[in-house]
Amino acid sequence: MNDLTPPPPALGCRTSPVLKQRGQREVFCGLTGIIWLHRKIQDAFFLVVGSRTCAHLLQSAAGVMIFAEPRFGTAILEESDLAGLNDAHKELDREVARLLSRRPDIRQLFLVGSCPSEVIKLDLSRAAERLTQEFAPKVRVLEYSGSGIETTFTQGEDACLASMVPVLPQSDARELLVVGALPDVVEDQMLGLLEAMGIGPVRVLPARNIDDEMGIGENTIYALTQPFLSETHAALERRGAKHIQAPFPLGEEGTTAWLSAVAEEFGVDRDLFDKVTEAPRRRARQAVAAAAETLTGKTVFFFPDSQLEIPLARFLARECGMTPLEVGSPYIHDALHGPDLDLLPEGPQISEGQDVDLQLDRCREARPDLTVCGLGLANPLEAEGLSTKWAIELVFTPVHFYEQAGDLAALFARPLRRKGILKHGESTSDPMFAEARA
Amino acid sequence: MKLTVWTYEGPPHVGAMRVATGMTGLHYVLHAPQGDTYADLLFTMIERRDHRPPVTYTTFQARDLSRDTGGLFKQACQEAYDRFKPEAMIVGASCTAELIQDDPAGLAETMGLPVPIIPLELPSYQRKENFGADETFLQIVRHLAKPMEKTARISCNILGPTALGFRHRDDVQEITNLLYEMGIEVNVTGPMGSSPSDIAKMGQAHFNVLLYPETGESAARYCEKTFGQPYTKVVPIGVGATNDFIAEIRALTGSTSTIDMQNSRQSWWSRSVDSTYLTGKRVFIFGDGTHVAAAARFARDEMGFEVAGMGCYNREFARPIRALAKDYGLEALITDDYLEVEEAIEALQPEMILGTQMERHIGKRLGIPCAVISAPVHVQDFPARYSPQMGFEGANVLFDTWVHPLVMGLEEHLLHMFREDFEFNDAAGPSHHGGHAPASKSSQTEAPAQPQLTPEVQPSGEIIWLPLAEKELKKIPFFVRGKARRNTEAYAVEKGLAEISVDTLYDAKAHYAR
Repeated sequence: MNDLTPPPPALGCRTSPVLKQRGQREVFCGLTGIIWLHRKIQDAFFLVVGSRTCAHLLQSAAGVMIFAEPRFGTAILEESDLAGLNDAHKELDREVARLLSRRPDIRQLFLVGSCPSEVIKLDLSRAAERLTQEFAPKVRVLEYSGSGIETTFTQGEDACLASMVPVLPQSDARELLVVGALPDVVEDQMLGLLEAMGIGPVRVLPARNIDDEMGIGENTIYALTQPFLSETHAALERRGAKHIQAPFPLGEEGTTAWLSAVAEEFGVDRDLFDKVTEAPRRRARQAVAAAAETLTGKTVFFFPDSQLEIPLARFLARECGMTPLEVGSPYIHDALHGPDLDLLPEGPQISEGQDVDLQLDRCREARPDLTVCGLGLANPLEAEGLSTKWAIELVFTPVHFYEQAGDLAALFARPLRRKGILKHGESTSDPMFAEARA
Repeated sequence: MKLTVWTYEGPPHVGAMRVATGMTGLHYVLHAPQGDTYADLLFTMIERRDHRPPVTYTTFQARDLSRDTGGLFKQACQEAYDRFKPEAMIVGASCTAELIQDDPAGLAETMGLPVPIIPLELPSYQRKENFGADETFLQIVRHLAKPMEKTARISCNILGPTALGFRHRDDVQEITNLLYEMGIEVNVTGPMGSSPSDIAKMGQAHFNVLLYPETGESAARYCEKTFGQPYTKVVPIGVGATNDFIAEIRALTGSTSTIDMQNSRQSWWSRSVDSTYLTGKRVFIFGDGTHVAAAARFARDEMGFEVAGMGCYNREFARPIRALAKDYGLEALITDDYLEVEEAIEALQPEMILGTQMERHIGKRLGIPCAVISAPVHVQDFPARYSPQMGFEGANVLFDTWVHPLVMGLEEHLLHMFREDFEFNDAAGPSHHGGHAPASKSSQTEAPAQPQLTPEVQPSGEIIWLPLAEKELKKIPFFVRGKARRNTEAYAVEKGLAEISVDTLYDAKAHYAR
């Protein structure tokens, strides 16, 4: 890294005490990941084995319905399925057979476990084995859990990717594997940068199609692009692959640090690295600076949502001049989040897990300039005069790597700019609800 | 097990949330895993509510299952009471908690909380959202409403409105005003707009106005039996139904007040000449039973449309909708599978769909205009402006809303006149809508994004369209092209023809001329 990068803080947050509370958690379950995974893996179908609630969640969380026959669906358990598990397996086989005959384009099928399927102990791994045998070699059937009792929001992607690791073929090639679902445009930018440094071939998990899948083994070197992939990380370690620890590629600094760690591992010449990264770094800094004008000097409070909170707080603190007051994350893993915690200047309350009512109390007390929270909380907090950023947009929008750094900063700046533009003060909520508030 | 992609109704506990969120002073403790909190955003985002739904979720996780989820529930109950101090609480389980059988009702009862605790039994694997709302409201009324002396002045309760209801906010206002004009006071409106202490006073009313049978009928029946309150059977959507509703109220109350009809414009708008182009437009109607029945009457009798198909997604209303469809010479489509609805629409090729947000998507796919008449709806169906469906203003709103997706009368006339004009053609869509490609920029003959062109390339059955006939068919404006194709093919089958020529096309046109 060159001298444009500010030095790490004297004291980061890695050793800060973590507030852990247990109460109501206002978070999505892991099924939500299907919304982006089914766009990313283009020959996959995600079949949730669950209840009407699961189906309702998927269409509500997506916000708008993707109506062009989405490659996901819910096999809704009915009373008769609960009575006998053998019958449930038969029913599942029947639904899968019907689905695959109707959709010959499907090459991989994920059976996705839900809260009800886990509570009744419907063994989806057995079902996946059985169905793989039946439909091989045309279709591969895997299973993972996206249930709310096992997974929180982005952990659904983690569980999905982790389910793929054991079935990847063995390879002894010394290759870089980049792990995490990124929008295609971002992924292509990343591959372009790595290629320009002479690193290659680079493999990506998840691959866009089953035919693009890679082999892995003890010579595989992998880097994560998402901070919520701890199970996948563990699965890769079990296969002997080596992890490159780095801050996550969010913002100019994060992207440079991530690329630099990869470049070092692959022995890329410093001059070449600088040459490749110089122009995009400059663009990223310039774009971030435009949004940072709005953000600098402001305080921010994170409710736990996607596990992106720590790297995002690091970005906002170090590149946008914001002061994080609380950084809440559903889970914190030192191996993954440590490098970002090192860079996050000490000060904020780091919290893991949630009791949403107590956290709301702290948030109201702190009166942050910007609150990053889920959709269930955003309008109520706006009505109380707080500015909010919906956390889910940070997951659904391309935000990684250099060319998106400015967009990322702008996502946080927009609510504050909007508040500055609108002329009609604080009491802007619907008067109809006033009675209910009283 | 049934494969579902999109659902018309959520699970029954979401119905209970619609009741709780519409009320004040009530709190819902829901035994549910983390993730089920997604339901909050239906209210805070789609309906733009400015406060959190009054729901506490126990959000148990896998590790809790081997410990004491019952204890977790009791703790959540106590904390919810201490924090929110509600007048009453409803307690129940979501689909997962139903399986672990913790008995929230029994647990809550043992806690000795100083407010009424109302247990809900909502079978998640059998029933759906509307049932959940209806049953929850019934239980609240059963537990809280007590027999009381009737009010001195004649009064009624308005039953059925809930949070997240389609236009409930404005319907209630419209009907409250209408009742006021008739000299009738509204005692309690609920569930939306009431508190537990309001519900306690429901027995004071002389009768009940049931606006939404889907969510209020069980409570209305209970009140009839328990408090001797008759309830209204007419849902006042459309001018005709509103007049019937007024007659029904007069019969119940003896009210003789005259109603100010000055703002009722729909009837004239419908009789004015621009509206002649609405005559016989074939519409497909789908939604909840109540809104479908009302829309069918309004479509036929007050807009002059032809009802080409109808159905509902809530099986509770299958019987009345089947009977109604028979009156229209149709067979009702009762299903909650949107793929079946899409198939029916594709086969019927209506000129317009009156449906829910699902049918809006179907319409987009098939290139058929759609107006929304029923839940489920999305954020754009919660308008800032006053826009009821009920009463005389509601009829005005219906006229505007249903005509908007269509081409204007004069414009349709011109399109017929100019047919093949290279600039002024139908591929551009209605002139008052944005988002259409300028006709002169794209190729005038083959609009690539017109899905309804596909069937013309691959005609159904064995019948072959001769090239000249196919060319002629394309000159027919898009909003009647599907029907023309279908009619011509049906005519050809009837006549035993294997090929369709230009003559066949026009023979069929004459045959079906209306």
